[in-house]
Amino acid sequence: MKATSHAFVDNAHAALGDGQLRRALGNIETGFQRKRAAAKLGLPEFEALRDQAKAIKDHTLAHLDLYLERFETQVHAAGGQVHWARTTDEARQSVLDICRQAGARSVLKGKSMVSEEMGLNDFLQDNGVRPIETDLGEYIIQLRREPPSHIIAPALHLNKEQIADSFRDAHPQFPAERPLSEPRQLVDEARSVLRDAFLKAEVGITGANFLVAETGSTIIVTNEGNGDLTQTLSRVHIVVASIEKVVPTLEDATTLLRLLSRSATGQEFSAYTTLSTGPRRPDDPDGPEAFHVVILDNGRSALLGTPAQDTLRCIRCGACMNHCPIFAAVGGHPYGWAVPGPIGAALNPGLIGIEEAHHLPHASTFCGRCESVCPMKIPLPKIMRHWREKAFEKDMMGTVPRLALWAWAWAAKRPRLYRWTTGPMMAVLGRLGRRKGRFRSVPLAGGWTRHRDFPAPQGQTFQQAWAAHQRGARRKGQ
Amino acid sequence: MGAARQGIFESLRRSIGRDAAADAVAAVDERLNRHPRGLVPALTRVGGAAAVDLFIEKARKVAATVERLDAFDAIPAAAARRLAEWNLPAKLRLAPGMANGRVDWASSPMLETATGPSRGEDLATLTGASAGVAETGTLIITSGPDHPTTLNFLPLGHLVVLSVRDIVPAYEDAWDLLRAAGPMPRTVNMITGPSRTGDIEQTIQLGAHGPLRLHILLIDEG
Repeated sequence: MKATSHAFVDNAHAALGDGQLRRALGNIETGFQRKRAAAKLGLPEFEALRDQAKAIKDHTLAHLDLYLERFETQVHAAGGQVHWARTTDEARQSVLDICRQAGARSVLKGKSMVSEEMGLNDFLQDNGVRPIETDLGEYIIQLRREPPSHIIAPALHLNKEQIADSFRDAHPQFPAERPLSEPRQLVDEARSVLRDAFLKAEVGITGANFLVAETGSTIIVTNEGNGDLTQTLSRVHIVVASIEKVVPTLEDATTLLRLLSRSATGQEFSAYTTLSTGPRRPDDPDGPEAFHVVILDNGRSALLGTPAQDTLRCIRCGACMNHCPIFAAVGGHPYGWAVPGPIGAALNPGLIGIEEAHHLPHASTFCGRCESVCPMKIPLPKIMRHWREKAFEKDMMGTVPRLALWAWAWAAKRPRLYRWTTGPMMAVLGRLGRRKGRFRSVPLAGGWTRHRDFPAPQGQTFQQAWAAHQRGARRKGQ
Repeated sequence: MGAARQGIFESLRRSIGRDAAADAVAAVDERLNRHPRGLVPALTRVGGAAAVDLFIEKARKVAATVERLDAFDAIPAAAARRLAEWNLPAKLRLAPGMANGRVDWASSPMLETATGPSRGEDLATLTGASAGVAETGTLIITSGPDHPTTLNFLPLGHLVVLSVRDIVPAYEDAWDLLRAAGPMPRTVNMITGPSRTGDIEQTIQLGAHGPLRLHILLIDEG
């Protein structure tokens, strides 16, 4: 897809002013955070499983070439085909070629973030193959011609009234006055419309949560059943996946599965976890006649061995964005590429370039919640800091922040001067702000205070407070 | 395509900083051949009746319904009752594995049955399951001549016959059974409750694209 990450600041400003969006984002706390917390409490081994999951992926990444080779061998043994793609261009051309060989005029799609990364839908459409998204959230945003705003809840940014409006426009076959005010009515209407599409399926495209080297299986984890209908009713099943999705064995996949749904939706297990291995067997009564796996690199192999390697452990649960104060304020669209939120800020600069994505690692308070909930223990703030350094080295920060950082560094290297200036400054600011505890505006920081108040300092610098604490401790010790 | 494959593997080996060295190959082979288990949660340390109870508790928690039967012969009448409760017509499409087995479908003449894969017109289907995983109340249904995959996803109501003998504590136990049964089937479905979606304002709605209802007939012949 064409990235718009360079426009993050403007798009985030626009998002902050969107009242409807703020209401929709308000659902994150009850919808995701509390459910995850409850699911974690229900599994005493959760923390230990995180360590194991990290170890599994670290081992796999250190042997990625070998596990990918084994996966390929096993897919071939099961009668399937593997297509390798260095770039998104190569990947979508592979998909198009398979569709053309199958004589398909339309394709059904299960939810796939890699297909978003590839910009697959627009490419297929431009080449005469109509893509039909079947995941409810993806279907809704396809009708609205919008990109997903969240990796597991693509229509998170919409309310049901907007969805009802889209359905009235897109489904003229139903009576204009039909009631669509309840989620149930919307779900039923989508079910009936897409049911027709499923029964006419020619080619079905799904993503993969995991590729299992041991068996050559691809695994999808879903709740609606659309991914299964997509791949079962089509004559040709195409799986699109990126290289880091491979895991060694079914047991390894299982450890990750125990964490995935709990971290994502707070479910102990999603409704449908499906292993697909090759095409239908000669005596199978249904299932696809051909099975293709398109495996995309798109810059990931070059991230191995760099500080950003840990982002390749990601299993796309979405927990980091569900717990991110920045994501909760602006939603997923301003991030401007397939993967938003903290993982997007840590991963995207490596895949689309720091020039395009340099705003993203700055879109963080470094509160650390993302890392604390990440089932794969990805050190997200550390990786964002790495990209901030890269952006700084490349002189991409703008003059004011750069000068400010320079001035701060100059003073910080002169401790006595630093103490003499900051001590009185904090004392004055602390006294001025004592009554309200905050400032509505601060000179030279208008951009910051436009949307929030500046908390007033307590009146002492940390060093003064620490010195006082030490004095107290010494007195007590005597 | 050969160039793409070569390019990716060259880049991988450059980044990893080694060639396909013998000790790395040995480590990978070892893991793939032995497929060691990771940490299996303590709640799965149950057997026999306790595993069955855990399976039922977990399945009900995800909105499946569970009914215990003491014989395979009781299935047709139980299925007919369930369809009536769901307010569905007394018509059922059967998986071949359930049609020509130990169940005498002629014993329920009011129930109209058909056999084979679904083309979408069936409101209710009945299949078997090769295993039930107690850990999360998950059914394992594998594709093959006896079990068309379409029956698991197209109907509004899905009835599944599971023998208590096939309930295992953890997913890993199911993998051992699967490996023992021969080559991987085309499809292994792990089904945990009926279809659902949270895509509209994060309200959970059942029956998104797959079945709205999932009923498990648990056979315990004593």
